[in-house]
Amino acid sequence: MDFGEILKLSLVALKANKVRSALTMLGIIIGVSAVILLISLGSGLQNYITDTFESLGTNTIYVMPGRVMSDEGGFGGGAPSFAGSKLTLTQMKDIKKLDESIADASAMIEMSANIKYGNISKYAKAQGITDNFFAIYNIEVDQGRGLTKADIDQKRKVAVIGADLKDKLFDGQDPIGKKILVGENRYEIVGLALKKGGGFGGSNDLDNAAYIPITCSMDQFGMSNVMTIIVSAQSKETIDQAKSAIKRYLLKKNLKEDDFSVVDQASLLSSINQILGVLTAALGGIAAISLVVGGIGIMNIMLVSVTERTREIGLRKAIGATGSDILIQFLIEAVVLCLIGGGIGILIGWGGSLAAQSLIPAQVPLWSVALAFGFSSLVGLVFGVAPAYKASKLDPINALRYE
Amino acid sequence: MTTAVIKIVDLVKKFQMDGICVDALKNINLEIKNGEFVSITGPSGSGKSTLMHILGCLDQPTTGQVFLGGEEISKLSANQLAKIRNEKIGFIFQAFNLLARTSAIDNVELPLIYAGIPAGKRWQMAKERLIQVGLEDRLNHKPNQLSGGQQQRVAIARALVNNPQIIMADEPTGNLDSKSGLEIIKMLHDLHVQKHTIILVTHDLNLAKEAHRQIILRDGEIISDNKK
Repeated sequence: MDFGEILKLSLVALKANKVRSALTMLGIIIGVSAVILLISLGSGLQNYITDTFESLGTNTIYVMPGRVMSDEGGFGGGAPSFAGSKLTLTQMKDIKKLDESIADASAMIEMSANIKYGNISKYAKAQGITDNFFAIYNIEVDQGRGLTKADIDQKRKVAVIGADLKDKLFDGQDPIGKKILVGENRYEIVGLALKKGGGFGGSNDLDNAAYIPITCSMDQFGMSNVMTIIVSAQSKETIDQAKSAIKRYLLKKNLKEDDFSVVDQASLLSSINQILGVLTAALGGIAAISLVVGGIGIMNIMLVSVTERTREIGLRKAIGATGSDILIQFLIEAVVLCLIGGGIGILIGWGGSLAAQSLIPAQVPLWSVALAFGFSSLVGLVFGVAPAYKASKLDPINALRYE
Repeated sequence: MTTAVIKIVDLVKKFQMDGICVDALKNINLEIKNGEFVSITGPSGSGKSTLMHILGCLDQPTTGQVFLGGEEISKLSANQLAKIRNEKIGFIFQAFNLLARTSAIDNVELPLIYAGIPAGKRWQMAKERLIQVGLEDRLNHKPNQLSGGQQQRVAIARALVNNPQIIMADEPTGNLDSKSGLEIIKMLHDLHVQKHTIILVTHDLNLAKEAHRQIILRDGEIISDNKK
């Protein structure tokens, strides 16, 4: 008996019980669409983060206080300890001239603060930066000017604000020359940064910030040290050279191994991707449990179906069907059920991820479709075996007598 | 006409029921020749069903030998028996046993599917048999659109479609009104005239008399074997 015949048989049987088949499929549909949707969210997030990192420049090296990265490159060491930072502006200036592999260096202090204009008050980032911070982060000035070396050195109370913060505070007015309160202190807006965008819902942390001279924020927040030194290497190839030069320099400055971490974008990115990969797999795994539950539903219905069709099985055997003919017929029925359910589930999951794209950068990787499809047919096989085996072992004499 | 299509030598069939051994058939010896119309009767518990199951290759003897067309079948595997049922035996059941959701012609095609015959040829063969039983205008009717007599005729067409050596009819008129029953009996006679070997299993002695050879079983033994 060839495969096409069996396939036709099972389709006829499934069509005969449309409602039951549809309900049975529902378990698989939900399972598969959940798998697709969750994987698409996870991998979309991964792509988004990769893109964001790349937009910030791939040559960037971060010097952070405390031990952030383990030696293997993972986040083994814990969070950076900004409060106990031993990094200074002087070190930043030294690092800039340290080695031919280093192009530039900047420093920052990132705090959250209430930023107020008139009656409107918004919670945003107050980013203390040096004059070359914008260059390293590829931030362009839309109107006015950026922060200059003189602003930093003379601790001028001036600020450049991000596009989102501007929209929140100024509602269409020209912000240049206006005074805002950052925390307790008054700053004059001298520039507006061009929107970076690309974040969730099109916003980005860098767009929701007020940039002020790092010297001012050190005074204002009572800090003698900086939080992060940001270094740009001459090229991707010189990143390693720059990193070891920075390490050597800081160790010479009586900092201990545990006092700082030198991390480049690439290794940071791969660590984040590793975490997101695990997260995606975990989410997909949880969704896969619902597929297994769907599979149990299929087994249940197939067992009922075998009992219901005992006479049919008896007849088929009496007129020459072998045990394996019957086994394959019922097995194919279960697999077809799963495959149709899987197909519908893929469409729904895909549709759901398209719908989610306006909020979250979801993306359906083809491998997840293949995985969901493969897994659902596997579920059909695994959970179809028991009922199909039962059917194949029925004794035709008893089966024909069955009422 | 003289070749034995079925030969049974010293057949014994025992069943284990609730730990008790029941002798369903005791030392049966029987020969049925090609083209015979044989009825097997007996009260319930006489062993006629068991004998039919063994003759129909649905069951195997405890001891003894069964030859079907010269081939010893008592030692065959389940799959080999399925093949023999498919090729050499056509069943007609009391309850017709048609597949409810499939058309008359699809029902008739069923044995051919398991014989591995391609779809186009299958359809042609099934159609011929349905014409033979007088249902040429009912090819695509589902069983529930047919009368009992018509359903049994579909079943007869299905039994004939593989051109089997033996037609095995188990109470073929049991579920029919007398008029339809007579139609079916006439059809069996027609098949006999066309040289088919027919084994009719029934508890109805009047029906059994229609056959040209009557075998009566009691308590697992043949107590009479009369030819007309």
